Amino acid sequence: MSNKNLPILLLALAVPVIALLPLPDFWIAQLNYIGLYALVSLGLVLLTGVGGLTSFGQAAFVGIGAYTTAWLTLNTGMSPWLTLFVGLAFTAVSAVIVGLITLRMSGHYLPLATIAWGLSLYYLMGNLDALGKYDGLLGLKSLSAFEVDIGQGRLFFVLCWAILIAGAVALINLLDSRPGRAIRSLKGGTQMAEAMGISTFRYKVTIFVIAALFASVAGWLLAHFQRTVNPSAFGLKMGIEYLFMTVVGGVGYVWGAIVGAGLVKLLDDYLQVALPALIGTSGSYEVIVFGVALVLVLKYLPDGLWSVVARKLPSPPRKVDWQNAPDLPARSKPAPGDLVLQVDKIRKQFGGLTAVNDISFNIAAGQIVGLIGPNGAGKSTTFNLITGVLSKTSGQVLFRGNDISALPSRDISRQGMARTFQHVKMIADMTVLENVAMGAYTRGNRGVVSSMLRTNQAEEQSLMKEAQRQLERIGMGAYLHEQAGNLAMGPQRLMEIARALCCDPALLLLDEPAAGLRHKEKQALATVLRQLQGEGMSILLVEHDMDLVMNVCDHLVVMEFGTLLTQGTPAEIQASPAVRAAYLGTEH
Amino acid sequence: MDFSIASILLLDGVTNGAIYALLGLATVLVFTVTRVIFIPQGEFVAYGALTLAMMQTGKTPGTVWLLLILAIVASLMEFVERWRHHGNAVRAFKSGLKTLAFPLLIAAVSIWAAPQQFPLWVQAALSIAIVTAFGPLVYRVAYQSLEAATPLVLLIVSVGVHFAMTGLGLLFFGAEGFRNPSFWEERFALGPVTLSGQTVIIFAVSLALIVLMWLYFEKSLRGKALRATAVNRTGARLMGISTHASGQLTFLLAALIGALSGLLIGPTTTVFYDSGFLIGLKGFVAAVVAGLSSYPGALVGALFVGIVEAFGAFWASAFKEVIVFTLVLPILLVRSLRSGHSDEEH
Repeated sequence: MSNKNLPILLLALAVPVIALLPLPDFWIAQLNYIGLYALVSLGLVLLTGVGGLTSFGQAAFVGIGAYTTAWLTLNTGMSPWLTLFVGLAFTAVSAVIVGLITLRMSGHYLPLATIAWGLSLYYLMGNLDALGKYDGLLGLKSLSAFEVDIGQGRLFFVLCWAILIAGAVALINLLDSRPGRAIRSLKGGTQMAEAMGISTFRYKVTIFVIAALFASVAGWLLAHFQRTVNPSAFGLKMGIEYLFMTVVGGVGYVWGAIVGAGLVKLLDDYLQVALPALIGTSGSYEVIVFGVALVLVLKYLPDGLWSVVARKLPSPPRKVDWQNAPDLPARSKPAPGDLVLQVDKIRKQFGGLTAVNDISFNIAAGQIVGLIGPNGAGKSTTFNLITGVLSKTSGQVLFRGNDISALPSRDISRQGMARTFQHVKMIADMTVLENVAMGAYTRGNRGVVSSMLRTNQAEEQSLMKEAQRQLERIGMGAYLHEQAGNLAMGPQRLMEIARALCCDPALLLLDEPAAGLRHKEKQALATVLRQLQGEGMSILLVEHDMDLVMNVCDHLVVMEFGTLLTQGTPAEIQASPAVRAAYLGTEH
Repeated sequence: MDFSIASILLLDGVTNGAIYALLGLATVLVFTVTRVIFIPQGEFVAYGALTLAMMQTGKTPGTVWLLLILAIVASLMEFVERWRHHGNAVRAFKSGLKTLAFPLLIAAVSIWAAPQQFPLWVQAALSIAIVTAFGPLVYRVAYQSLEAATPLVLLIVSVGVHFAMTGLGLLFFGAEGFRNPSFWEERFALGPVTLSGQTVIIFAVSLALIVLMWLYFEKSLRGKALRATAVNRTGARLMGISTHASGQLTFLLAALIGALSGLLIGPTTTVFYDSGFLIGLKGFVAAVVAGLSSYPGALVGALFVGIVEAFGAFWASAFKEVIVFTLVLPILLVRSLRSGHSDEEH
C-alpha cells in the first residue's frame, strides 16, 4: 500500500512548500482555481470514470453550494462554516431527486436531465431578484478561522488543496472497499452486481450524490474566495468544461482530475488572450479549440493523459494482512436430504412464444442436479427464472421452503443462492481476489462513509480472508493477485465459482461452467464439483458436456422446446429413447 | 387572461412548436440510426438563418469558407483511411475527391451567387444547400471512426462538436444578431388572431416535411435501410447496408431539417451565432418526451413544449426557460415509472 500512498504523500508535502515559496500571487491564484476545479472534477472521476455515468450539470451543483452560502451569509449573517453544511444539504436533496428520476432508465438519460437541470438552474439564478439576477451577489466575507483570514492568497491555497487531497484520499479509500467494488461493477452492466446482492440503482444514486457534494464544496470555497457569485460561473458551458477537464486528464484516474483541471485552466487562460489577438476581435473563441480537442482526445487517447503515466507506474500486490482476521458469520445449512429448491410449474412467455412451459423439479441438499437439453430448449431461461433475472409468467419457486417467486435477483442472492454466468462477467481491471470478494458483498455491511474514512479495515480483512479461502478451496490459490482480465478461460470460470462460494450459498447454480474449457480443466472442474458436494453443497448445473454431466450429476432434468421431456438418474436418461430422439432425431 | 389573449398565445406556441417538432424529429432520427445524441442540431438552425442573412447583405457567407475547410479535412481523412486500408492510392484519391466534389461545387456556386442579389428564394435555396452539405462532413470528421463507441462517448463528442461549431459561428458570423425578411408578407385575420404569411409557411413546411419523412421511411428502400440500421447495425451490414453511408445520410437529413428550421424561424426572431443551442434543446425536450424513439411522440411533445413556453412567457416571462427545461424532470419521471425496471447493457 505504501507505493499507492506515495503520490498523495508527495502532494501533501508539496502544498506547504509551494505556499512558502516566493511565487507571484498570480500563480497562487491560478493554483487556487486549479484546486477548486479539480475538486469538481474528482466527483466526475467517480461518477463517469468509475461508475460509467455522466453529468453535464456539475457546475449547477457548484452554483447551489456557492449561492447558498452567499445568500445566507449576506442576509442572515450565518457563519460560512455552517452554511457549508446547508449548501451540502440542498445539493444532496436536488441530486437525489434528479438521480431517482433518471437513474432507473438507460445511461444517457442522466446526462440529458443534467443538461436541462443545469440550464434551468442557470436561468433561475439569473432571474431571481433575491439572488441579484445576472449581476449576482456581491460583498461576501472571506473565510476566517479563529480571527485569522484564511480566505485569500496562500492560506486559502493550503485550505483548498488540503480539502482536495482529503477528497482524493477519501475517493481512493472508497474505491478499494466493499462499496467501492460494487461501484466499480456498475460500468459493466447490472446483471452480475445484482446477482451478488448489490442494489445497482442505489449505488448509481449514491455516486451521483457524492459527485454533487464534491461540486458543492468547491462552490462554497469559490464563493468566499471570489467574494462574489454570479450565474456565469455555473452555466452549462462550465458544466461541460468540468467534464472536459476530467476526460482530458483521464476519466478513470483520481490524479487525472488534478492534471486535467490544471491543464485546462492554464490552456483556457492562454487561449482567451491569444486567440482574440490572433483573430483581431474579442470573443470566446477558445471553445473552438476545446471542442476539437475534446473530440481528438476521445478518439486517440480515450483514457486521458494520466493513463500514459499510470501504465508506467508499478502496481504492487495487495499486502496480505488478514491471516488473523475473524471469519465472516456463516449461514445455517440445510440438513442432508432436506429439499433446497422446489420449482413448481414455472412458465415464461415472450409474446406468443412459450420459452419455458410449466417446468417442475426439486433439488435436495447435497445433490447435484443437471439441467440438459438441445440448444434452444429453454435451459438458460429456466435458470434466469429461478435466479430472478427474468420475471415468471406463472408458477412458483421455493428456496428452503420460502417463496422466492417474486423476488429480484439481489434478494434471492441474499437468501443464499449463488450463481455463475454462461459468459464470464467480471471486472477485468481488478485482481482475482477483489473480484471474488465481491461475492461476499452481502456478508458485510460497511458503507460508503466508513470506507472513505477507512474505519472498515476489520471487515475488509475478513472479506479478503474469505475470498482467499474460497479461491484456495477450488485450487486457485496461486492466482490471488493476478488481474482478472489476464486469466485464461478455465481459471476465469473457476474464479466465478469461487465468487459464488463467497456468498456462503446453500445452492450453487452453474451456467455452462465447462464451456470453452480444455480436457484437463474439465477434469479439474469435475473434481471441484464433487468435492463441494462432499462438503454438503447442492448444485444445479446447466451444461452441454455430456461426459461431465453423466459423471457428476445425481439427477438429470431434460428439457426440449421449453417443456420437461423427462427426469431421472444419469443411467435412466442414457437409456431413454425419448432423450435420444430429442438429441439425435428419430429413425423413420 | 381572456379568450383572445389565450388564442394568440396558443397560435404562438403552436408556431414555435412546429419548428421544435422538426428539430425533435431530427434528433430522434439521428439517435435511432446512429445512437448519437446530437446536441449541435441547433447550430444548423443558426447557420441556416445567418447564412441567408449574409447573402442578403451581398457578402459571401462565412459558412462557405467553413464548408471548404471541413470538406478538405474530410476528404483528407477519407483518402488516408482508404489508402491505409486498401493500399491503393488511386482508389483512395478518387474516394477523397468524391467527398470533396459536392461541397466544392456548392461553395463555388455560392461565391459566384452571393454578390448578385438574387431573389430571396434563390438565396434561401443556396443557404439550405450550404448548410445541408455540412451534415455528412460533420459525421465523417467527428463521428465515423467512433461508430462502435458507447452512446455516452458519442454524447461527449457531440458536446465537443457543439462547442466547436458555436465558436466557429462566432468567428464567421460575428457577435451581431440578424433578422431575416419574411418570405410572405400577407396577413390574414382569423377571429381574434392575425395569421401572418410566415406562420402559414411555417405550418405548411413543417407538415410537408413530416409527411415527406414518413413517406421516405415507409416507402423508399433507402429509408427502410436507415430503419434497418437503427434496429440492428450488424444485421444491416450483413444485408449490404453501409453504416458509414447510413450515418452520413442521416446527418444530411438532420442538417437539412436544421437549415430549413433556421430559415423558418429567421423572420420571426433575431438570430445570433449561439441562438441555435436553446432552440435545438427545446426540440430536444420534445424528443425526450418521445423517449428519443417515436416520431409522432416527438411531434406531440414539440407542440406541448411550444405551448408551455408561450404561456410561460406570458405569466412569468423571465422564467420561461426555467419552466421549459424543468419540464424535462417530470417527463422523465413519468417515463421512468412507466418503463419499470432498468435495462441491462447500456
